[in-house]
Amino acid sequence: MACIEARGLRKAFGATVALDGINLRVEEGRILGLIGPNGAGKTTALNAILGLTAYQGELRVLGRNPWTERDQLMRDVCFIADVAVLPRWIRVSQALDYVAGVHPRFDRAKAEGFLAKTTINRASKVRELSKGMVTQLHLALVMAIDARLLVLDEPTLGLDILYRKHFYDSLLNDYFDRSRTIVVATHQVEEIQHVLTDIMFIDRGRIVFDCSMEQLESRYLEVMVHPEQVAAARALKPMHERQGFGRSILLFEAADRRQIASLGDVRTPSIADLFVALLGDKAGNQASQARGNC
Amino acid sequence: MNTQSNAMPGSPHDSQMNDSQINDSQILAPVVIPATRRMYWSVRRELGESRSIYIAPLAVAGLILFGFLISTIHLPDRMRAASALNPAQQHELIAQPYDFAALLIMFTTFIVAVFYCLDALYGERRDRSILFWKSLPVSDLNTVLSKASIPLVVLPLLTFAITVVTQFVMLLLSTAVVGGSGLSVATLWTQLAFVQMSLLLLYHLVAVHALWYAPLYAWLLLVSGWARRAPFLWAGLPPLAIGIVEKIAFNTSHFGAMLVNRMGGGAEAVTTPGSLPMDPMTHLTPSHFLSSPGLWIGLAIAAAFLAAAVRLRRYQAPI
Repeated sequence: MACIEARGLRKAFGATVALDGINLRVEEGRILGLIGPNGAGKTTALNAILGLTAYQGELRVLGRNPWTERDQLMRDVCFIADVAVLPRWIRVSQALDYVAGVHPRFDRAKAEGFLAKTTINRASKVRELSKGMVTQLHLALVMAIDARLLVLDEPTLGLDILYRKHFYDSLLNDYFDRSRTIVVATHQVEEIQHVLTDIMFIDRGRIVFDCSMEQLESRYLEVMVHPEQVAAARALKPMHERQGFGRSILLFEAADRRQIASLGDVRTPSIADLFVALLGDKAGNQASQARGNC
Repeated sequence: MNTQSNAMPGSPHDSQMNDSQINDSQILAPVVIPATRRMYWSVRRELGESRSIYIAPLAVAGLILFGFLISTIHLPDRMRAASALNPAQQHELIAQPYDFAALLIMFTTFIVAVFYCLDALYGERRDRSILFWKSLPVSDLNTVLSKASIPLVVLPLLTFAITVVTQFVMLLLSTAVVGGSGLSVATLWTQLAFVQMSLLLLYHLVAVHALWYAPLYAWLLLVSGWARRAPFLWAGLPPLAIGIVEKIAFNTSHFGAMLVNRMGGGAEAVTTPGSLPMDPMTHLTPSHFLSSPGLWIGLAIAAAFLAAAVRLRRYQAPI
């Protein structure tokens, strides 16, 4: 059984189409990065998966209909939908009590263990904590839940780099165990690249690129071309070209690695560069061609 | 530090649930949490979020006791004056501060209930915490019922408990003062009929504050779940609009009269007209109350409003 399976998922807010009939399948044990510009439909897609918004089309999450069975689904699914959504009046100890009271899979000792590694005081109210500490608290609550799917929507927005790094390190080291599935939507692509097993680009309500990281590494090459070889490199039809450090950086898809290597230093493109290459200028056309290539 | 270090490193595409995970979840906690426990914690959440539920009546009770303590200076004189009166007048004189205390606490909790209801399903959307609450396995039905239980169950019982304790402390103070001044405390205790007074209070709270006002609270909860801003305004405008339209169209004011009757406690439905709720002379008419259509129509409307609020909460996002 796939963890998430969607067919023809559609959602419109008045005349604005947020999700334009997307098909999606996320297997268990994957860490999927959902990447796209503002307003692309990332949050709408995640909200549909979490039963927070009504939709058209077919959607099963862990075999359940999220819209009608949200409360049962939440026994197996956790999410951090936004930074700092913890109620501001609640004390840290009250939050632990409450989650332990209503969640059958919450391990309080585990949450206390995570909190012990932070400077968060058990008697503090959320309103007294810094933004970074609120996120740490939320993460501690979520990681202590033995869930099968964790959904994160911009969980580190506005946090400084130390908190962001710590956040993803904790997720990988203390939480992820190959039987769980994680879906992350974020703008801070570079920081999560090493964490992901799969990426998905979403633009204007459509999935325009869907690929595992292994496939990405074998299929896409980026080469920093020696100046005298730029013309030869361009003849090989790169999908994108940009300038960096006074040299041309060309991005190739499904090219002969040895041939490319003769042109300069070869490396795997970053997700951000690939994203720009695929969606940068003429987003629509090029992107829809890219779909299915991988 | 991998806390799941015993997990088998299986293929990511393995569609079967990992054995170790099944074991872990069984060790961690029972997979089912009884609905009563979820409800208990949901109500605890409301008490933590809206602490005025118990702080306001406690503060008022404290003020009453403080005022009463000062008034006991004149108590021996009052008792002497009372001894010259007939039993009915005696009772009126002695019971007056107790009735006043009860009315004051009831009024306070009524105001608290109104403001609580208007914020209950609005505040969690305004501060975006609804995203946290909805990330937990608690249904919208559970949430709305726990919120409705505050004005319908928690506040009446709390009002009862606080009032009875306050009145009892008042009675003890009076007994000490009256006894200390060498007067007999018998008149005080017989005329006050403390137990009877408390039972009447409980009847009044259940009949009027919980059952009779139920549609009012349910309406306020529905508005708080629906309004995107100014729930207070939205709660008042539709009834006003209906009243105005009725007045212009038919030159009648049945709707307004109905609301006034509802807000006024539907006195004739609960007790005989013109009697104070805690007056032991009051003739209770529970059979009349339970057979009045107004009660059942009101409860049906309350149920409909709450059902709509449950449905609404599923659709609502942060504002």
